[in-house]
Amino acid sequence: MSAIAHIGQDVAAPPPSRRGKKWVPYLLLLPGLLWLVVFFVVPMITLLSQSLQTGSIDTGYTLTWHWQTYTDAFSLYWPQFLRSFVYAFVATAMALLIGYPLAYTIAFKSGRWKGVLLVLVIAPFFTSFLLRTLAWQTILSSNGIVVKFFNATGLMNVLQALNLVNGDQLLSTPFAVMAGLTYNFLPFMVLPLFASLDRIDPRLLEAGADLYGRPFTAFRKVTWPLSMPGVVAGTLLTFIPAAGDYINSKLLGNPNTTMIGQVIDGQFLRVLDYPTAAALSFTLMVTILVLVSIYVWRAGTEELV
Amino acid sequence: MATVTSAPPTRQATPPAKRPRKGPFTWVREHIIAIVAALVFVYMLLPNVIVILFSFNKPAGRFNYEWVTFSLDAWLHPCAPPGMCTAVGLSLKIGLLATLIATILGTMIAFSLARYRFRGRAATNLLIFMPMATPEVVMGSSLLTLFVNMAFPLGTTTILIAHIMFSISFVVVTVKARIAGLDPRLEQAAMDLYANERQTFMKITLPLVAPGIAAGALLAFSLSFDDYIITNFNASSSSITFPMFVWGAASKGTPVQINVIGTVMFMISFLIVGLGQFIAWRRRPKD
Repeated sequence: MSAIAHIGQDVAAPPPSRRGKKWVPYLLLLPGLLWLVVFFVVPMITLLSQSLQTGSIDTGYTLTWHWQTYTDAFSLYWPQFLRSFVYAFVATAMALLIGYPLAYTIAFKSGRWKGVLLVLVIAPFFTSFLLRTLAWQTILSSNGIVVKFFNATGLMNVLQALNLVNGDQLLSTPFAVMAGLTYNFLPFMVLPLFASLDRIDPRLLEAGADLYGRPFTAFRKVTWPLSMPGVVAGTLLTFIPAAGDYINSKLLGNPNTTMIGQVIDGQFLRVLDYPTAAALSFTLMVTILVLVSIYVWRAGTEELV
Repeated sequence: MATVTSAPPTRQATPPAKRPRKGPFTWVREHIIAIVAALVFVYMLLPNVIVILFSFNKPAGRFNYEWVTFSLDAWLHPCAPPGMCTAVGLSLKIGLLATLIATILGTMIAFSLARYRFRGRAATNLLIFMPMATPEVVMGSSLLTLFVNMAFPLGTTTILIAHIMFSISFVVVTVKARIAGLDPRLEQAAMDLYANERQTFMKITLPLVAPGIAAGALLAFSLSFDDYIITNFNASSSSITFPMFVWGAASKGTPVQINVIGTVMFMISFLIVGLGQFIAWRRRPKD
């Protein structure tokens, strides 16, 4: 093959095939996939099995197909389930609302500062998740600047009306938990949004601006649809970890903001009621899988991995 | 980005005649998106600033929440809180081992997925995606049921197994993106210059993919070093990692030294990422 033949060829052409070595891809996959099967797939099966066993940690467990554990656990802990999904939904919506302008600015308005701004987006990860969540205790403390600002602008009255805060206190409230969740998973929203906005050909935006005149119409008809893969990926990467998180609700909330992760943690590690804990954990997994499947199917995007 | 430069200069073509009255509100309205973006940056980075600032605090009580006075005590005696430096050491050890193994396994999978068409590709992609789409609490608790059922003792080994498991997918995604972005003409050129498959891989492909592998390894290390939820499910009382130490401290009293560790982590990460950006900038195509 001569080099000249390749010039001008489609860059995205399929990679050179290596015929006659059919086993090579499987050999490369084997160790990694084996690890994932043994330590990710098999545990899901042991989790399901554990949830259907009866017994105690001292006498040992036997598989009795005791499905009633599920109904009992759900009737006890449905408020925590519901709360987890509501909090995760609000945090995802907020992250999209404030993450989109940020991703948009980095993709289209940052010029040669793009690299620096992207580093700033991942900069929160440079310090421990727990330490940063603890820092919110300082930021939201009762004599801190945020409480004063909220009081001065009347935002506090709005939050009080929505029953999200406790008097003039921001810390240990549902507001603090949702603000913490939004904060912690915001980079997971911004990065996929940026990735799909950055891929848009600027000429399409110019054509949109010429066609529709009004910037908002151009945005709605051109930019937003083209950024859909990023929106879907970003909302999933925010919603899923937020629904299972309990660090924010523990450190920034109160006993009435308990999320389902906290219940699972407590049942497994303190109460030692393994079947109930396993049933809750499995229910969380299945609920999220169902929600995500419906969402991805409705959004019609396959560009996730 | 070659397409950008070739775009017809429609914007410049229109004469810059219409410049209506410019008040402060016009400026705000024109830059509203950038202003929102700046505020979001403040929201994102404020906690990092607080962590660093409060490493120089001298708190009045057991909790380091309110600013009292400037002090270098914590920086001069970083290992004063009992057990903290042991925890940091364990986190570093687990982080390095997990990164090494997850990077090797993940890079192999990435090459297989990016370079070969084979039966079971879709299933493999799904298996790679699933750990990223599963809440940590489910992964941590399911792994616990496996270890309990096998009567496998919890400790450093089980933490390491868990960290490798959740890091692999992130390495695969990072490295795969880099391989997919390679210009195949470079490898074809090497082959045309009579390099064999092995030489092409070692001299062309691997050096070009290396930044992706490095990024995947960094991601794996930071995920491992920072993980609390999965670790907590699979640890024992004799294997306390740094995040577990911080979690315990959050209810008993937070020593200033945890902020020192957080600040050092921040500076090291910043240096590594800054160095990467600098190398990329030096190697940029010169116009």
